[in-house]
Amino acid sequence: MTQKRMAIIASKGTLDMAYPPFILGSTAAALDYEVQIFFTFYGLQLLRKDLSDVKISPIGNPAMPMPVPMPVLVSALPGMESMATMMMKRKIKSKGVASIEELRSACLEADVKFIGCQMTVDLFDFSHDDFIDGVEYGGASTFLQFAGETDICLFV
Amino acid sequence: MDFTKELDARGLNCPLPIIKTKKALGDLESGQVLKVLSTDAGSVKDMQAFATQTGHALVGSEAQGKEYVFFLRKK
Repeated sequence: MTQKRMAIIASKGTLDMAYPPFILGSTAAALDYEVQIFFTFYGLQLLRKDLSDVKISPIGNPAMPMPVPMPVLVSALPGMESMATMMMKRKIKSKGVASIEELRSACLEADVKFIGCQMTVDLFDFSHDDFIDGVEYGGASTFLQFAGETDICLFV
Repeated sequence: MDFTKELDARGLNCPLPIIKTKKALGDLESGQVLKVLSTDAGSVKDMQAFATQTGHALVGSEAQGKEYVFFLRKK
């Protein structure tokens, strides 16, 4: 059986949207897939050495389950984002769900290839030093070359 | 069932039981059996999919209340 391949574009930088690429990437690698994840725009934040700025936002996320009903104007108050993030992280831990750091490490251990979007690095004046080691940088052609040969290709 | 190694993945949620199973199989020789304990209800279907995809044989699985036991023979 030839090795299956999966490509994912990770374009979001919030805690909830960090999960799909890292869960699918690490699991596909465990299922013997060759995996590449292309991190672009806000998704690039998921490659930072320090992930403490990756937060969850209740704003514009009306489906997010809340312990008490929360009007939009309350969600918009200063500190609500940090509080929601803290509560979500606590819930994640209590349910035995892996942290983003854990899943990212699992991806790297399993040779999932991380590609950072160089255009995004330039756009936001980031430096490669902001990001973890082992990231390769490239553009749309780099992604498409691999994506064209995949069995699964997802945009997150 | 006889097994060479046991993996306790109880309390862990998707995808950790599968990722740890993959790692644990890496330590075994071909033909040896890994026993996996899990409390993740999703792992019943996930473990079958893992076996089908990777070629390791799921030679046994049973539910004991809210706990699941799997036996995988390394290919």
